[in-house]
Amino acid sequence: MFLEEYDVIVVGGGHAGAEAAAAAANMGSKTLLVTMNLQTIGQMSCNPAMGGIAKGQIVREIDALGGYSGIISDKSAIQFKMLNKSKGPAMWSPRSQNDRMRFAEEWRLALEGIPKLDFYQEMVGGLLIENNRIAGVKTSLGIEIRARAVVLTNGTFLNGLIHIGEKQFGGGRAGEKAATGITEELTSLGFESGRMKTGTPPRVDGRSLDYSVMIPQPGDERPEKFSYLNTPVLEVQRDCYMTHTSALVHDLLREGFDRSPMFNGRIKSIGPRYCPSIEDKINRFADKDSHQIFVEPEGWDTVEVYVNGFSTSLPEDVQFKALRSVKGFEKVKFFRPGYAIEYDYFPPTQLKHTLETKLVENLYFAGQINGTTGYEEAASQGLMAGINAHLKLNEKEPFVLKRDEAYIGVLIDDLITKGTEEPYRMFTSRAEYRTLLRQDNADLRLTPKSFAMGLASEERMKRMERKEQKAASFVSFFRETSFRPEDINPILERLDSSLVKQPDKMFKVFSRPHVTMDHMLQLEPVSRFVEEHDLDREVLEQTEIQIKYSGYIEKEKLNADKLHRLENVQIPPNFDYSKLKSLSYEAREKLNAIQPVTIAQAARVSGVNPSDISVLLVYLGR
Amino acid sequence: MILNDTIIALATPSGAGAIAVIRISGPDAIAVAAPFFKSAFGKDLLQKKSHTISLGHIVEDGKLLDEVLVSVFKAPHSYTGENVVELSCHGSPFIQQQIIQLFLRNGCRTAEPGEFTLRAFLNGKMDLSQAEAVADLIASDNAASHQIAIQQMRGGFSNEIKELRAELLNFASLIELELDFSEEDVEFADRRQFKELLGRIQRVLKGLIDSFAVGNVIKNGIPVAIVGEPNVGKSTLLNAFLNEERALVSDIEGTTRDTIEDEIAIGGIGFRFIDTAGIRETEDVVEGMGIKRTFEKIEQAQVVLLLVDGPKLLGNVDKLKRTTDEFDKIKAENPNKPLLLLVNKSDALSDTDKVAIDRHLGKVSYISAKTGEGIEDLKQRLLQFINTGALRNNETIVTNSRHYDSLLKALEEIEKVQLGMEEGLSSDLMAIDVREALYHLGEITGQVTNDELLGNIFANFCIGK
Repeated sequence: MFLEEYDVIVVGGGHAGAEAAAAAANMGSKTLLVTMNLQTIGQMSCNPAMGGIAKGQIVREIDALGGYSGIISDKSAIQFKMLNKSKGPAMWSPRSQNDRMRFAEEWRLALEGIPKLDFYQEMVGGLLIENNRIAGVKTSLGIEIRARAVVLTNGTFLNGLIHIGEKQFGGGRAGEKAATGITEELTSLGFESGRMKTGTPPRVDGRSLDYSVMIPQPGDERPEKFSYLNTPVLEVQRDCYMTHTSALVHDLLREGFDRSPMFNGRIKSIGPRYCPSIEDKINRFADKDSHQIFVEPEGWDTVEVYVNGFSTSLPEDVQFKALRSVKGFEKVKFFRPGYAIEYDYFPPTQLKHTLETKLVENLYFAGQINGTTGYEEAASQGLMAGINAHLKLNEKEPFVLKRDEAYIGVLIDDLITKGTEEPYRMFTSRAEYRTLLRQDNADLRLTPKSFAMGLASEERMKRMERKEQKAASFVSFFRETSFRPEDINPILERLDSSLVKQPDKMFKVFSRPHVTMDHMLQLEPVSRFVEEHDLDREVLEQTEIQIKYSGYIEKEKLNADKLHRLENVQIPPNFDYSKLKSLSYEAREKLNAIQPVTIAQAARVSGVNPSDISVLLVYLGR
Repeated sequence: MILNDTIIALATPSGAGAIAVIRISGPDAIAVAAPFFKSAFGKDLLQKKSHTISLGHIVEDGKLLDEVLVSVFKAPHSYTGENVVELSCHGSPFIQQQIIQLFLRNGCRTAEPGEFTLRAFLNGKMDLSQAEAVADLIASDNAASHQIAIQQMRGGFSNEIKELRAELLNFASLIELELDFSEEDVEFADRRQFKELLGRIQRVLKGLIDSFAVGNVIKNGIPVAIVGEPNVGKSTLLNAFLNEERALVSDIEGTTRDTIEDEIAIGGIGFRFIDTAGIRETEDVVEGMGIKRTFEKIEQAQVVLLLVDGPKLLGNVDKLKRTTDEFDKIKAENPNKPLLLLVNKSDALSDTDKVAIDRHLGKVSYISAKTGEGIEDLKQRLLQFINTGALRNNETIVTNSRHYDSLLKALEEIEKVQLGMEEGLSSDLMAIDVREALYHLGEITGQVTNDELLGNIFANFCIGK
């Protein structure tokens, strides 16, 4: 029924599993995707949206590396927004609203198009491990499927427990069974496991809502997209809507607090602080009598609507009564109530930078099993695990991204170095050098690396090179070409910027605050250059950023070099920290457990302070 | 570097003294010393409590080396944070070496320069700036620089920076929060408070930076050039300050061929007197070079004393004129530098002589380096020239050029943030400058690791510290 032995088996078909399977198979590994339900591959379990602040940058990085999340998002988008456009370019964050059903369908079709990828639907209930090395998986039917590497992407399914009010039942997602067996097997091997919690809001019937009293939230006038490839740009978009809770809504919700699993002690595990349930928000911000609610369509055609901001595990009758008091929701009909879910995760400090476990060779973890939250975080881990599983089987160097190279690098380094006590979500502030990690340059940063190891396609590489060259020549054009005062002064006058008397290089005036590419395009030589060289929007954007923010970008590069000095001081493998009595006790414990590879990584371990690092530097002869 | 062995070194200056202190530090410090120490009261050193002193003898193979006092400090409550034994022995170099050699043969290793302080630092007994202050403290030879070093060693200065840095860090995280949650309705950083904080940090940094100029002269001594023709008594004046014969004095003109420097504490402030070769026209090549150097020294000095021979001025119009010219010449080149015209050998001048000199030279000060007349008055005038307000007010003074450098860089970044706020710069870009400021402040307090610094700091020590 199966190949005698697969190179890679991926367990789970969510964002992490789909990316992992695609990457491994595309790089040439014979890959099998095993999932409990082949109908829910690429399922968006929570909100029907991709990207957002820091997360949008990750989607673009996945795309630049040759992953699918960007392409799938573009193909299934119903709305696109570039968030934070008024801030510096590091903050520009793409986000799309997506058609939930099409998103999953596009994923399924994309995976089916990969020749080396096989599929099988069944629950994996056990692992084959021989001499601390993974040898395959065992299904609930007792079938043993052999593989040289296994990637676990179980999401919220491991011993998943769903809570709605006082009711609780096993399940990995609404209407889907939980997965059992794997946690127990791994803990018996010495893995440490924990419980986390997350939640989701009710889904409602859009026909029952009164949109006329809500505030429309349209997409961008000139929508962009995620993929650096030639995916479609939205021509028509669907609006979202905003409404607010009220004191009355809060009172109605409070009435159910004694039956809330969050407050009566039934849920003990920690949920994401940054994505709180509505009861949590009311409880923590007691003085606020109104919270935002975003009403998000679930697709082009469906009437189903996602009530963003109203995540809850209160009893369904309380949810219903309270939501009916929200403006525009007076006649709301539920498709299904919101719920909370508890699930097993494995503290990610048990992993190496490749996401391979330290305990079992060739076993990889990706996604929520590592304590993260979010589609983008999961997908990027899946991609990296799939890549590294393939590379290791082929005795190639591991593919590890540094913290100043990609958000993905920050994500994985944070996870394996610091671990996480609550579901980990990416923020721009987690990156020390976010000015380097922009959504506009993910291709420049990452595509060459991916192309070199055989994942990113030649087409992708060529597009990147073209963009790089065109932007470079446009930047030099601004550096070398002078303006005439009589041409530029009318523009400067309108901007309230001081006028110029002498001709000077365009670069200078372009660097001024408030002067944008649109202004520069009003100059005839600039618009002529754009036309003659057939420069597209991406090149214009890239050029503008490279000119206007060159000072900050250079500064961040210098700072990143500082980091690299310590990044280059290697710590020998299996270093015994307990013999360094001058390290603090906490530092010794943590460092022994995590075994950082470099001094810089050691410095990021929580509980390790600068004097501990000084001790290490002295010991290592620096 | 191995840091879990036991080290030994002489902690007092090498050479003979009444007593010498030998310091042993490391996990085995007490165990190493115990077998060779025979207590006068039959007590075992291993059984002694921390922070106790025992009288006894150092005995090797039944042979008595010396009578000693042994202080025991147990980890972590010692200077290094390790077990420490300090042996006060008699101060002959021979005894010192006998005892040190004994312990070197029995499990100790000679300490590297600064290794005791390095260990103290690595064991968390002091932060970087405190460790640096130890070096300054050891080197300090006047009350003012001693006071500064003590203050720094107690962490006063780095504590102040630490507090400001913590406040800035707090604001930095609010800005980050604001950036990452710009889509949600959360409370943001209060710009007015932030501006106020930046202003406060700016003031503190500026104050500290300004104090460096004061601190630096205090640490190194305030340079005072003594200028005058040969044999006017420059060396004698110096000796009058010193109250001891240090500079070479003779009656042959031009004996002091080179500049000689000497530091003397007056009123708790260190003054570095630079005895110059005088500025007489000369054919002598060696002396000519000395004169050139005199002008360089005037340049470097904070105060200039022009010294003339009183009796030789009497009735010598040429000399009087030359003195006025010299005075004017120095004044013209250094208009803001305090310059005093001192007429020496006042013991050989009558009141009438003084009136005559005053008539030509205006207001001058009469001193006699020989009898000490006017010296006390001169000391007071020197003190008045120096702005010691900061010292008297017990303010923080920066003397370390590494700190000075970091303070300058931090201030530059803080001012960029202030400018950015005025221009409405996007906060993600402002955050870059804030992070940079935090980095430089952290460099001072040791809250960021800078591997380059580590080696430098401990290299400034001598062995035994």
